Amino acid sequence: MSVVIRRGFARKPPDGFKTGVGQRGSLLPRPFIPRLSPEQEPLWFAVPALLLIFVAVVVPSVSTLLLAFQGPNHEFVGLANFRDVLQDPETLNLSRFPGHSPPWGALVHNALWILIHLPASVGLGLLLALLFQDIPGNQILRVFIYLGMILPMVIGGVLIRFLFDENAGIVNGALELLGRSDLVRTWTAYPETALFALILGSVWLWVGFPLVLFSSGLTTIPRELYEAADIDGAGTWAKFRHITWPGLAPVTSVVVAMTVLWELKIFDIVYVATQGGPGNASLVLALEMYFAAFRALDYPHASALATILALLALLVGIRFVRTAKNA
Amino acid sequence: MGKLFSSRRTAEFLLFALRTALAWGIGLLWVIPFLGVFMSAVRPQEELLHGWWRFSPFTFTLQNFSRAWTHSTASIAQGLWNSLLVALPATLLSVFLGALAAYGFLRARTGIATWLFLGVVLLLALPQQMAAIPLFQGLAALDLINSYVGLILVHAAWGLPWITMFLRNFFTTVPVELEEAARIDGASRTYTFFRILLPVSLPALASAAALQFNWVWNDFFLALILIYSPDKLLVTQRIPLLRGQYYVDWGLLSAAALLAMSVPILVFLLLQRYYVRGLVGWNVEK
Repeated sequence: MSVVIRRGFARKPPDGFKTGVGQRGSLLPRPFIPRLSPEQEPLWFAVPALLLIFVAVVVPSVSTLLLAFQGPNHEFVGLANFRDVLQDPETLNLSRFPGHSPPWGALVHNALWILIHLPASVGLGLLLALLFQDIPGNQILRVFIYLGMILPMVIGGVLIRFLFDENAGIVNGALELLGRSDLVRTWTAYPETALFALILGSVWLWVGFPLVLFSSGLTTIPRELYEAADIDGAGTWAKFRHITWPGLAPVTSVVVAMTVLWELKIFDIVYVATQGGPGNASLVLALEMYFAAFRALDYPHASALATILALLALLVGIRFVRTAKNA
Repeated sequence: MGKLFSSRRTAEFLLFALRTALAWGIGLLWVIPFLGVFMSAVRPQEELLHGWWRFSPFTFTLQNFSRAWTHSTASIAQGLWNSLLVALPATLLSVFLGALAAYGFLRARTGIATWLFLGVVLLLALPQQMAAIPLFQGLAALDLINSYVGLILVHAAWGLPWITMFLRNFFTTVPVELEEAARIDGASRTYTFFRILLPVSLPALASAAALQFNWVWNDFFLALILIYSPDKLLVTQRIPLLRGQYYVDWGLLSAAALLAMSVPILVFLLLQRYYVRGLVGWNVEK
């Protein structure tokens, strides 16, 4: 970072720097204060934040990246840790997929989470945003659905566990009411159902996010477009296809990116509801990394896992950089 | 003609009524689990064994709350207080540093400033697992492990990418003339920032603060790896402790969950306008 700041030496001293220490001709030694050009001078305001980010985000992340290429005694081992991680049935267990029940490996579980949760929550959020548009009390309805997003995800995990409990859970209560008592059981306790129960529960928790974003996206589409379409005799589908959908495109893109990030990083819910179990049947990458790092104390393995997770997340993150670049 | 018109109106009204019923039906379906938590929290355990939705008998009691509040191994009262001790400073520090940085990045219109800013934005996506091991080791070496100071600094740092991006976006909407007028009168950048830009940005600062507070309060992972002594555990760390391995005390757990989520829900309801704006704010395409 010091390189960055020193690059632009002042052509003219900035305001408030006219006399005293360090100026040309002064007898006192010039202190090490890199001077910035007038265009760069406001960067000083960013220095405290950049320092904190550097110390608490960048340095530890780079250390993890380096650890991922080292053995237990810090010797360089190339890609061996990554090979071990990908050969570990905890990460990838393709021999069981899809013929047998989970565990299929954390990587597959995360992928399934995205495959199911993304279309379900984003689609449902969009449908509800459209449905709620002019309904009396729509503000209250939005708060109802958004509640799942406000609470700590630890509690989200407790709630999911509660929903699917054999005796106390309302999902089983409803199944009994529908005459399917054969399906009644604690869904999170069986390898066949644990992962899907968690994914389903996480849809319930997350829908509020796409809903709120789509709702505010809808308000940015000019009413005149719909009026003009009415005059042209366009039907509901045509209006959605040619006005609403393209109008929502920027919001959709943000919603999809944020949702994928959330699915990749999913941790609290699984930690509380199942601890990744039973028998790793609901294990996810973030949790696998936590167990490797803080239970097994296998830092090389955990660092390789973290690096894989970070790589996947940063691919999604590029989308935000593109928006920020254009802003 | 008139008859046709009125029948169309009737059909439209029926459709609207149907949509309203559907919307409210879904909305109510969505809060049923919360109703369950509430019902479980205010009733004795033996009434919950076969489902909170069976109302005979129904006994109202606050016993679950008092048990959670003063629980011997995981007191929720202590947890709420601890979470507040972390969330408040971590919010203030992050919003303050983020506002400074956002202003710096916006006004320094050079290649370096842009690249630094884009780098900060990219960090938005980074999972905390990527920094977990070195953070744990580094803070232990500095004697800042199991300390709120360490946790607050880490939280402030991880909140900065989003806050900086959001506030920079907001600052672009503040007319630059406001600032230039003061600058011509000889005011320094620091003065214009604190006396002119910040006061008109209060709503945006409230948005950023509401969201950051929510994130810090709801965090579990950082607390899990950085705080371990029983008296220092945050409220989110105490919830899993209340759930036994083989036998789940739903009444106790529900009361604790309600207490723990009451704070972020209160913040949300009080700052709802700012909160939602914050949520969608970064996405204002220009």
